[in-house]
Amino acid sequence: MDLSQYLEFASCTDPGMVRSHNEDAVAADPATGLAVLADGMGGYNAGEVASGMATTVITTEMQQLFAKVKPYELDPETNKVIAPQLVREQVMKANASIYHAAQSQPQYAGMGTTLVVCLFYDNKALVAHLGDSRLYRMREGTLKQVTRDHSLLQEQIDSGLISAEQAKHAQHKNLVTKALGIDPTVEPEIREYETRPGDIYLLCSDGLCDMVEDGDISMTLEALGANLNLAAQQLVQMANDNGGKDNVSVILVRVLREYPAARGVMGKFLGWLK
Amino acid sequence: MAKLILSMDGLVLKEIPLAKERTTIGRKPHNDIQIDNLAVSGEHAVIVTILNDCFLEDLGSTNGTLVNGNPVKKHFLQSNDVVELGKYRLKFVADAPVAAATAEKADFEKTMVLRPSAMKAAAEQARAMGAAGAEAARAAAAQQVAASASAAGMAERPAPANAPTPAPAPAPAPASAPAPAAPTAAPAQPVKSPHPLGAIQILSGGNAGKELELAKPLTTLGKPGVQVAVLTRRPQGYFITHVEGANAPMVNGQAIGTAPHALKDHDVVELAGVKMEFFLKG
Repeated sequence: MDLSQYLEFASCTDPGMVRSHNEDAVAADPATGLAVLADGMGGYNAGEVASGMATTVITTEMQQLFAKVKPYELDPETNKVIAPQLVREQVMKANASIYHAAQSQPQYAGMGTTLVVCLFYDNKALVAHLGDSRLYRMREGTLKQVTRDHSLLQEQIDSGLISAEQAKHAQHKNLVTKALGIDPTVEPEIREYETRPGDIYLLCSDGLCDMVEDGDISMTLEALGANLNLAAQQLVQMANDNGGKDNVSVILVRVLREYPAARGVMGKFLGWLK
Repeated sequence: MAKLILSMDGLVLKEIPLAKERTTIGRKPHNDIQIDNLAVSGEHAVIVTILNDCFLEDLGSTNGTLVNGNPVKKHFLQSNDVVELGKYRLKFVADAPVAAATAEKADFEKTMVLRPSAMKAAAEQARAMGAAGAEAARAAAAQQVAASASAAGMAERPAPANAPTPAPAPAPAPASAPAPAAPTAAPAQPVKSPHPLGAIQILSGGNAGKELELAKPLTTLGKPGVQVAVLTRRPQGYFITHVEGANAPMVNGQAIGTAPHALKDHDVVELAGVKMEFFLKG
């Protein structure tokens, strides 16, 4: 099923006002309903390499897979939907590629990347993430942060050491506890959420959420939701107007209408009727 | 930058900044620091500087090199170490804390990975210390990160913690260099109103005479589904951008196209059949 009629995508990435390189990478494939955003780290140019590898490996592998299987099919062994397993495997594949490049080439030593992957299928959004790149959801005028950062700061908030208000002014916003390509294996956090028509999903790097208040993000999506490209540019511009201390990347996905999986002959027929 | 203070018999002779990666010390004239004394070997010692760290190495000198009174072959120099070559004393002074601020700025929030092992230790420490010790634990975690980062061969360092560690010099990484004069010269801190407040007054239609202050970062105008434009408030002024509708809004009788259009005082905007004037409030 080609999802490009059901979902609208827009993305924007910018080095920001301070950094000379853009270590973020974004990839969006409306046909397969896939959005991938990565914020690379590592010396010199390695950050760009890591984030670029992550987005490329995951999108191309998924595209190849979806030519053969559908994300809503059931695994004959476990009788569960295969999508989470597919995403997990691709994330691990990307992890292995980055890790091996980092191990074998001295100029890439120590590189890694944060990751947020969002796969839309069967009226659901499947989210896998590592590190502090986030997914937000705008539904009926309310902006909600969907993912929880894998960061020292988040762990401190969770353990009650500091409040969310203190966290805004904390020193170590930049320390993530999980990332892609650092260790030989990695376990991404994978969750699924029901989507509704009208929802807007925002994938972003920390360059956006550190520079722009949630209230302003919400206002932008509310005001400019009709023009997704403009909204994406506006978000990046706001981060830059506020100082743009880091690379800023956003991917926006709007659910235009329901996209239930076409299972079996009857489902396919109903899908055809729509 | 770290420096050496050369003295003899308590008399300061000169200060030598450690600007090079290798600073050689010896009697022969080709040395960076030449000490013309027979107790000093031709090529006596070398100081290797890597980022903020300086290492002293004796090059097999005849009379040896002492640091704080102890003979050394290789030594990681700490601030206020005294290196002795014969009668000459070289006091090592690490760079001033002023540099720390710059480094912190340059390294602003470069994302770093905190490995689980470091994490666990930090968490345990934090738990042991309770909320009051949170700050210290955070500093400790940062140091552990530094250790794990360097173990992983990362070229970047975390933003310096509040810990009283020797001040790091500004990182020479090109990535942290300020971008060439950004077109907008945006301020470093979020600034909400660096420019006068703008407003629009409706000139035609049923709401003629009404005034709307543009205090928010963005304000949408028009009729959804027909024609909508957004007015954005930015450090460099107000901009109008076309959002939806077949026709772009008109400014002073000209259609603005799809790109953002800067608004000047007393510009007349026409949108969805309504004319309005943009003006700046003192």
